Amino acid sequence: MSWTRKILRVNLSKGSCTSEPLNMEWAKQYLGQRGLASKYLSEEIDPKCDALGPDNKLIMATGPLTGTMASTAGRYSVICKSPLTGAIACSNSGGFLGAELKFAGWDMIIFEGKSEKPVYLLVQDDKVELRDASHLWGKTVWETDDILHQTHQDPQLRVACVGRTAENGCLYAAIVNDKHRAAGRSGVGTVMASKNLKAVAVRGTQGVGNLEDAKTFMAAVDAGKGVLAENAVTGQGLPAYGTQVLMNVINGVGALPARNMRDVGFEGAENISAEAMAEPRASDGKPNLTTNAGCFSCTIACGRISTVDKTHFSVKDKPQYHGASGGLEYEAAWALGADTGIDDLDALTYVNFLCNEDGFDPITYGATVAAAMEMFEEGVITTKETGGIELKFGNTEAFVAVTEALVANEGFGPDLALGSKRLCEKYGRPELSMTVKGQEFPAYDPRGIQGMGLTYATSNRGACHLRSYTVSSEVLGLPIKTEMGDAEGKPELVKAFQDVTALVDSAGLCIFTTFAWGMDNIAPQIDAACEGDWSVEGCMEAGERIWNMERMFNTAAGFTGKDDNLPPRLMKEAIKSGPTEGQVSRLDEMLPQYYQIRGWTEDGTVTKETQQRLSL
Amino acid sequence: MKHLIIGAGPAGVIAAETLRKSDPDAEIAIIGDEPEPPYSRMAIPYYLIENVDESGTYLRDPKAHFKAQNIEVVQQRVDKVDTGKKNVTLADGKTRDFDKLLIATGSHPISPPIPGLDLPQVHSCWTLEDARNIARLAQSGSNVVLIGAGFIGCIILEALVKRGVNLTVIETGNRMVPRMLDDKAGGLLESWCKQQGIGVHTSCSVESVTAADGDQVEVALSDGGNLSAALVITATGVKANLDLLDGTGIDTDFGVLVNKRMQSSDENVYAAGDVAQGVDFSTGNQEVQAIQPTATDHGRIAALNMAGKGDEHQGTLNMNVLDTVGLVSCSFGLWMGVDGGDSAELYNADEYQYINLQFDGETLVGASSVGKTQHIGVLRGLIESRIELGDWKQKLMADPTLIMDAYIACTQELGYA
Amino acid sequence: MQKSLHIDPGKCTGCLQCEMACSYEHTGTFNPSRSFIKVFTFHDEGRFAPYTCTQCDEAWCMRACPVDAISIDASTGAKVVSDDKCVGCKVCTIACPFGTINYAQTTGKVVKCDLCGGDPQCAAACPTDAITYIDADWTGYDRMMASAAKSLPSAETTAG
Repeated sequence: MSWTRKILRVNLSKGSCTSEPLNMEWAKQYLGQRGLASKYLSEEIDPKCDALGPDNKLIMATGPLTGTMASTAGRYSVICKSPLTGAIACSNSGGFLGAELKFAGWDMIIFEGKSEKPVYLLVQDDKVELRDASHLWGKTVWETDDILHQTHQDPQLRVACVGRTAENGCLYAAIVNDKHRAAGRSGVGTVMASKNLKAVAVRGTQGVGNLEDAKTFMAAVDAGKGVLAENAVTGQGLPAYGTQVLMNVINGVGALPARNMRDVGFEGAENISAEAMAEPRASDGKPNLTTNAGCFSCTIACGRISTVDKTHFSVKDKPQYHGASGGLEYEAAWALGADTGIDDLDALTYVNFLCNEDGFDPITYGATVAAAMEMFEEGVITTKETGGIELKFGNTEAFVAVTEALVANEGFGPDLALGSKRLCEKYGRPELSMTVKGQEFPAYDPRGIQGMGLTYATSNRGACHLRSYTVSSEVLGLPIKTEMGDAEGKPELVKAFQDVTALVDSAGLCIFTTFAWGMDNIAPQIDAACEGDWSVEGCMEAGERIWNMERMFNTAAGFTGKDDNLPPRLMKEAIKSGPTEGQVSRLDEMLPQYYQIRGWTEDGTVTKETQQRLSL
Repeated sequence: MKHLIIGAGPAGVIAAETLRKSDPDAEIAIIGDEPEPPYSRMAIPYYLIENVDESGTYLRDPKAHFKAQNIEVVQQRVDKVDTGKKNVTLADGKTRDFDKLLIATGSHPISPPIPGLDLPQVHSCWTLEDARNIARLAQSGSNVVLIGAGFIGCIILEALVKRGVNLTVIETGNRMVPRMLDDKAGGLLESWCKQQGIGVHTSCSVESVTAADGDQVEVALSDGGNLSAALVITATGVKANLDLLDGTGIDTDFGVLVNKRMQSSDENVYAAGDVAQGVDFSTGNQEVQAIQPTATDHGRIAALNMAGKGDEHQGTLNMNVLDTVGLVSCSFGLWMGVDGGDSAELYNADEYQYINLQFDGETLVGASSVGKTQHIGVLRGLIESRIELGDWKQKLMADPTLIMDAYIACTQELGYA
Repeated sequence: MQKSLHIDPGKCTGCLQCEMACSYEHTGTFNPSRSFIKVFTFHDEGRFAPYTCTQCDEAWCMRACPVDAISIDASTGAKVVSDDKCVGCKVCTIACPFGTINYAQTTGKVVKCDLCGGDPQCAAACPTDAITYIDADWTGYDRMMASAAKSLPSAETTAG
């Protein structure tokens, strides 16, 4: 089984918490987590609803493997309609909360309605209640986490909550659990705060058992762990360097965007790379990186735990930032660093701390600042708007200052809280927003890596690398090497990666396993744990079904093929220098072919035949 | 070498075993006057719940263990101790010689001067025999009055509740277990008990018990109340069993006064357990602790010294753990604090959660908690090792639940580069 | 030579594979709340420390037990709780100064590390060798235990 077969439904308008059985028919089709929760969302809300209104729902969902010993099986996702994009949002987080929710006996929590006053949900196994959170409103993630631990006197309590940016309506606020793991993208934290829900605190003591075939499961899990350990990326690269191993690699191949994607290639990349994080600094002889850390059940442990140099201007008089906490991952280092033209590792680490402390997405935030910087340099935004801050590319002090303004909801902060799309529209330069469907790009230039262009354009949650990480094939050669400059074959590659990813997410596993694991490693673990057909074929079909369901949600929300696009800069402004000089994204060539392979119409609608084939 | 141990409780049994380990050739005998094999009073509540039968209360497997250890167990009352002749006289008139004698005679329950406590419906809860009587009278639906909400009273509450009786507890102190828990913790226990349907009267005493209709008795309370009961249980404290030492000249106070080797004023006579007034770790004074862990520590220390292999110990830490109808509480050392010391606490009455730490300078000297079962032993570790907490004192002041973290951080290499 | 658990906190990533392996071995479920080994997270320091019973010679728990429910497994040296005999009185949980024997409300008994009868599953599951089960009479774990134990006053009397 491994599903708990129980859903917790929390109606915030009524203040009620009820248990209901999991729809097992859907579970056998959509597996869990991302897939199953998206199914519930599709069935339960009007895709055209106001994302920040009471009609939107917010689902925290685990997968059937969440809370088991399968490597990386600790993940949960937050699913809702996104206020940033208007599309379906599904933000995946590690840490320990997902497993704890499962141990408490719940596959997912569906939040609906809106509470009159701030509340938090306390889940202690079957004992569930909404508690007053007036005293927590206005507190940071870190403060909220500490207070809840002290209130309930339980070091093992796991907390997911929103910070002040979410309360202030920042459109890309995250839900942060375990102080520095986040359901980071698409503004799921904003939705949570819009419901006056400050936190979810969970303690589970029931455990996960009742696996379909425990012995086979443990054998498959052991085999899987072995494969991860032997693989160079998951066994060595990620534990030692984290995702930051990519900074110099991607820069080297000519695919690291810089300065709001005006440039490709960042001269300061080395200074903010994994290698730099391991370098002892002058002041105290300690490196930025304290240690690597694993999320629940993870045998890879790519997480970064870092410190900021205590003598650095950003934290000099702020002892609360002198301890270790979640450090820079590659995407954050890129968005906060290369995209803003800043190569000050301590400043980036400090800003990353603030992203965790007050719960906002570093990718969207960094890219939004980058757009603002470009507009500042072009004179569209001036010191009048920024409150005297010279918001130029590469200005570290300015960057730190506007970040503090965002958190405090002062000065230029509210403008930055809009995200780049609305910000650029506000200042009349919509083309400078590096977004798809209103969500900012991560750290791979789609002109350099062609598959990523199609990935971004077709991602169901707006620009995102975690919907089909073709970088794995196009740069790292996993599982097979394709040429990053080629458009040919990429539609097939993107579709396959999208389907696999949908399935891996829905199981409760981490997508990073797929550097080493193929479906033939993953399917046996799911199949031994869960009832239903979870053969390789069954898994692939479920992945495809999930992808198409998400697409149908977006279509119903009003999205069409026209929204599967990239900003003109990436289609028309060729890369100026370096190994990828002269390239633009060839999305135009790939997209029609992709639709065809997907079984969609020419304008990107899922056909009746495809729906039938996938039992949608 | 002849080692004689009077008393077959935990202190006596541990002493005998420790002696055997230290001195393989010695003659070792335990003399106990209860009819059963050596058993543990700590297990009596579980006997009353019927979790275990009588044999489940035995300290050791009575058939095999003592024989295998070559420890003689004598079921006799000791009438007289002669320290001059170095022998004891048993009830049957026989004498036994010793080179070293351990007094581990324990304690006995004491009753307050309340009229009517001699009625057949009134029992203390101390021996297996008492437990049998309580089990017989505490039938489902009958009214039971428990006089005294101390440690003993509290540990038998659950057994009584599970037997389905209507229970009322009378405590003269202003809170439950006043000698183990502070006002807040004691208050939590009281509201918890009331939530379980137990009547609790604190700051209240019993004025008299009188025979009434049928097999019932009438219990008159100082607050003017009257309770009818089929069974009255007294649990109002214990007193060391010292009678045996009358005339020996051995120094006694509340118990046998012993030094840091558990040695009495007579160099060949030692004392351990409830009867011993030994050095308290926290105060350095001689105190009777009357708790299980102290009994076993005393037994071990006394035995090592009797065998000539011991050191002075630094005193035993007073500590208690109590399960009151499922609510676990504990306290250690100077849980009431010291003058000029800092304290930290978290109190969540809604969830019956409480933790209180007491510091003297940089070290932890006392602690108490309610509703916690995980890692509580480390409070003993933190106190007894007198760890200088450094930064961790402030962390504990902010969040006193981080006791295990503090201990690990202060005692282990965490692998800093 | 008897083996013992060797714990190197510097290698721990905090993934809790050990806690799951332990709970799976002893309860048949993945349930860290019932694991006998516990990973402590030192957030501000960026450190993780797995911690469990050291099977110490003092055997505070065993000595304090009023009903002889804790005994030594001759093959491993582990102090093992007998569920049949344990009445759940919790005296051992305050007697153990390391805090590594704990009361389990679900079973009404105390629980502690039993070295899995000689094949500790925490060590088998640990992906980074932070926990190993090795032939050594003076492991780092022993040192750790000793450094903690030496300051305990009543431990000194056993020196003789």
